[in-house]
Amino acid sequence: MSDTHAESVAFVRETAIPPALPPATVSGPVKWMRDNLFPTWANGLLTVAALYIIYLILSSSLPWLLGGIWNAESLAQCREILQGNSAACFAVLSERWNQLLFGFKYPPELYWRPTLAFVLLFIAAAPVLFFDLPRKLLIFTGIYPFLAYWLIWGGTILTPLIALLGVVVGYLVFNRFVKGSFAAGMFGGVAAALVVWILGGMVFSGADLFSLRSVSSRDLGGFMLNMMLGITCVSLSVPIGIALALGRQSDLPIVKYICVVFIEFIRGVPLITLLFVASVMLSYFFPPERTVDLFLRVVIMITMFSSAYIAEVIRGGLAALPKGQYEAADSLGLDYPQAMRLIILPQALKISIPGIVNIAVGLFKDTTLVSVITLFDIVGMIRGPILASTDWNGVYWELFMFASVLFFIVCYSISQYSQWLERRLATDHR
Amino acid sequence: MTEAVEMKVSDEIAISIQNMNKWYGTFHVLRDIDLTVYRGERIVICGPSGSGKSTLIRCINALEEHQKGRIEVDGTMLSSDIKNIDKIRREVGMVFQHFNLFPHLTILENCTLAPIWVRKIPKKTAEETAMHFLKKVKIPEQADKYPGQLSGGQQQRVAIARSLCMRPRIMLFDEPTSALDPEMIKEVLDTMIELAEEGMTMLCVTHEMGFARQVANRVIFMDEGQIVEQNEPEEFFKNPKSPRTKLFLSQILGH
Repeated sequence: MSDTHAESVAFVRETAIPPALPPATVSGPVKWMRDNLFPTWANGLLTVAALYIIYLILSSSLPWLLGGIWNAESLAQCREILQGNSAACFAVLSERWNQLLFGFKYPPELYWRPTLAFVLLFIAAAPVLFFDLPRKLLIFTGIYPFLAYWLIWGGTILTPLIALLGVVVGYLVFNRFVKGSFAAGMFGGVAAALVVWILGGMVFSGADLFSLRSVSSRDLGGFMLNMMLGITCVSLSVPIGIALALGRQSDLPIVKYICVVFIEFIRGVPLITLLFVASVMLSYFFPPERTVDLFLRVVIMITMFSSAYIAEVIRGGLAALPKGQYEAADSLGLDYPQAMRLIILPQALKISIPGIVNIAVGLFKDTTLVSVITLFDIVGMIRGPILASTDWNGVYWELFMFASVLFFIVCYSISQYSQWLERRLATDHR
Repeated sequence: MTEAVEMKVSDEIAISIQNMNKWYGTFHVLRDIDLTVYRGERIVICGPSGSGKSTLIRCINALEEHQKGRIEVDGTMLSSDIKNIDKIRREVGMVFQHFNLFPHLTILENCTLAPIWVRKIPKKTAEETAMHFLKKVKIPEQADKYPGQLSGGQQQRVAIARSLCMRPRIMLFDEPTSALDPEMIKEVLDTMIELAEEGMTMLCVTHEMGFARQVANRVIFMDEGQIVEQNEPEEFFKNPKSPRTKLFLSQILGH
């Protein structure tokens, strides 16, 4: 280099320098340990201290966990077996297993129905979650809510069939009129569905076809109730949230202000208040003989609550899109629904995935709040019938740990799925 | 306003703008714009930044709303009627400074989306058309990539192909080379020149004066929201009449 400079300042490169491998360095576990665990004396000491703390925790908790008693009829019997040793009494889980999962009033001989609904859930959810699967599976996803309703609540199959028919007719009418204007399609569809439901209700009232033994909403409970509330509310609140977010951006002042007021009001109120409204207050507005089902009331409240949050997350996603995307869509002649569906929402939702998942996970855990309005979800079951029984009074750790594990499994799966989804949708190559 | 110079390529009027005015709030961005574009004409619009040239061509496909005057595109009057706007947008292609490709779709999907959804063309045919135009802009091999994997020049050529897939009768270019490296400007300009030679009606906001000389039938100079001067490129560059045009040309051609 210095020679070149000595000869002249001007320099022309005649051969390109080929790329070379980095200098060979030590690798393998020894290097990893040296780099990560013992890079300096201080860090080495911290590592040793941390290992000691981990040892302390495991040495006291592992025997407790592994030495747990799984077969006993009551806490007293557990203690008898343990003879003063400290270990978990998991027998409460095996003894009250069904109650924890299904609640204490769901008829035991009918447990297969919600279980079947749960298994079918995976088939129904698959095409929505993994869009590489054949699109025809979505037909089953469409049928699933009605099927699951029939399986869990029982009663005649006509009820869900009429409901499904109403939705289908409404959709057909919507499709027919939406080309004229969106409003015509929307109102036409809703009206058609209502007509089908009312007519169907009148024609088939009292009819008894393919009847399963019916179970009332009050009899649902356990983790099943949490799952039902979580899944129903998440799947309802995402589309409603999208609609609210778009409505908030609308040029139509009425639509815009309805959405703004709704979102701001709901966000300003604690969920627990809404749940009390659902359980106590709403019944004042209905005549005593006609009340809306409690499960439905709770679903409406939780859905309203989370859709307001999801709307704000999606609004953030919409705001993050460059204006050029809207302009490009406009300049190609796409109309508003097409531009939203094909260009704007796919990108805005992709940006919003972490936020939406955050709210979905929070919502799922918040379903345990229904225990304060005397619904016996898993927390309600633990605090109520199980801990209050003379057999198991005092078994806190085991029960709440079990509930935590169940929630953790579901929430961690949701979180892993969302990370997979983000990777799968990453096309920007930043 | 200088007297309008008529350089008809044909008698058929593609765009007619009469006495068009636009305000941003109280700011008068476009003042008394009169412009007639004949079928097959290539018009280059230049002017200092903030002179309203982009706003002018964005009014033609209603990306910006004008408050006064009339715009007629291809015999369709531009009004607030969404049907007319959509009709005009189908016939008018637009290429943006920042390409505005859809990052979540492949190059091919970018090109077939509007034909399939707006023109209701079968997917297969739309894909054939898209490949035809991608070949024309010389990047058929990139069809399955995403916009983020392409260079700026390639992205802009895809944007041109995407517009062409709608088979527009008029093309608007809003500073198509301003966001590109010098090396890539040429490939985009070559594509535009080829398009011009095929007789496409083009309105192009650009500072590429070489392009204007080579391709344009007419050069329009705008300043402060008004058309200050328009002329054939030869005359425009040799004998600019207005002092503002002279100043502008001396500044951009000076170095």
